[in-house]
Amino acid sequence: MEYHELTIGSAIEQITRRKISSFELTSAFLSRIETYEDRIGAFITVDKEKALEQAQKADQEIAAGRISALTGIPIALKDILCTKGIKTTCGSRILENFVPQYDGTVVSKLKNEGAVIIGKTNLDEFAMGSSTENSSYKITKNPWNQEYVPGGSSGGSAAAVAAQFCCASLGTDTGGSIRQPASHCGVVGIKPTYGRVSRFGLVSYASSLDQIGPITRDVRDAAILLNVISGNDKLDSTSAKNPVPDFTKALDQFEKGALKGMRAGIPKEYLSAEGIDPEVEKVFLHAKTLLTDLGVEMREISLPHTEYVVAAYYIIAPCEASSNLARYDGVKYGFRDKSSEDLIEMYKKTKSKGFGLEVQRRIIIGTYALSAGYYDAYYGRATKVRTLITEDFSNAFETCDFILSPVAPAPAFKIGEKTDDPLTMYLTDIFTLSANMAGIPGISVPAGYSSKGLPIGIQMMGRKFDEMSLLRAGYGFEQNIGLSKKFPDLS
Amino acid sequence: MKISKSEVEKIAHLARLEIEDSQKEKMVEQLGNILQYIDKLKDANIDGVRLSSGAAIMNNVLREDVVEASPGPCVTLANAPDRDDDFYVVPRVVK
Repeated sequence: MEYHELTIGSAIEQITRRKISSFELTSAFLSRIETYEDRIGAFITVDKEKALEQAQKADQEIAAGRISALTGIPIALKDILCTKGIKTTCGSRILENFVPQYDGTVVSKLKNEGAVIIGKTNLDEFAMGSSTENSSYKITKNPWNQEYVPGGSSGGSAAAVAAQFCCASLGTDTGGSIRQPASHCGVVGIKPTYGRVSRFGLVSYASSLDQIGPITRDVRDAAILLNVISGNDKLDSTSAKNPVPDFTKALDQFEKGALKGMRAGIPKEYLSAEGIDPEVEKVFLHAKTLLTDLGVEMREISLPHTEYVVAAYYIIAPCEASSNLARYDGVKYGFRDKSSEDLIEMYKKTKSKGFGLEVQRRIIIGTYALSAGYYDAYYGRATKVRTLITEDFSNAFETCDFILSPVAPAPAFKIGEKTDDPLTMYLTDIFTLSANMAGIPGISVPAGYSSKGLPIGIQMMGRKFDEMSLLRAGYGFEQNIGLSKKFPDLS
Repeated sequence: MKISKSEVEKIAHLARLEIEDSQKEKMVEQLGNILQYIDKLKDANIDGVRLSSGAAIMNNVLREDVVEASPGPCVTLANAPDRDDDFYVVPRVVK
């Protein structure tokens, strides 16, 4: 196996047994980035020297026998996670030269475990989008076919893992932004329970929905990263105090027949959803059969408020965004338009030149929905619908252990296909938004391919703080699905 | 619900945005379509349903009020687009 194909799990093993050094591993990824990055566009920043420096430091630690959970493992970070001394743009012109003065909690945790930060990945501006076409810097291409989008908003993070530019990456998920690109790029992505992972140092889009999570080559790697990044943090008052189980342990003790007796719920509203692609349906039904063969009991469940999910989300998220993004006023950090003599004009010119159109659109929707006279009709109503959606899930989990569904209604679409029609783009989020609205965890696991050879994943959603069931079911599924092709061919 | 051009201009002003003339028509149309779709929420029966502010833990998060060192102006102002010593410089506010 080539170095760049290694999972975190196998790389750790080889590093521990001194078969390879972190320097060799990091160099292998950097050389792939040098060769193929122009075609994929996964990164906004790659700091080769810093990465190799960290790798050398890791090798010294290994030589001294000090090996932590991720010593020497190259990991990429979505460019919305603050990294001390490395610019963090959020895919926006407004933060073009922003260099954080501190590390986000997840970044400190990765560094404490010895990880090598190989670069910062491309995203839809401020994580607003489902295709990574809204970045102010570049369009990321799907490594499986470069005419197609990688999904989004963590499209750079998913493409970087699929293109073998790193062992794994971190993304963020506000409405599907980890799970959907993972599905489109043929990798594993998990959105943890709201509160499982500290959001300190994650640049806010919609604070009640945002969550950081791993994007990896396999389910066990997701468990390894989740072990590192989870836990309460005094710097994020919304991070939960719930104990963090050892996510890898349960997988290492996994035995044949381990899924026997688990109950999967199939939401009847999802399969009757409009616009579900027959190829996605086929992959989903195949996954359902496989899980049944593995002993999982299938039950039809109902999530009766599914038809309101997209509408409620596209009120709540823009409302929170309009408030969160008010801070980019050209005063304390980021871009400032220096042509204006007047303060209000300076604000306006700074924001209008600094933000792209999708961000401006969402700020306007949010401002509108929160303005006097509309608040109750829009925001108030949407938060009540959110309560109903959450209750749908609580009821469903009385009869099942996880919910099985497609990730996206169709495989990746062509670049440019939906850019003029934001509403159609929003509707593609139908299966992923609910997990954010209800605060529950969701995982996307590769499950098949379209006739054009584009990957298609399946989603499992679980009870709050029960990522373990998703990892176990995902692991069992992954061991048995027998996909024909693990990596896209870039050469 | 449709939204008019003048409403969009008013909201943009409140949000301190300035939409380019060339983008305005398209923006008004796209926002109108989105708002029309969102009107779907009016069909949901929300009688007696409580508001939810999100999935966050519902109990209060308290801690001791302990004094910690501040990073200081060098760090705080490191990304300032315009500064004078330890102050942010902005266009004149009072005229």
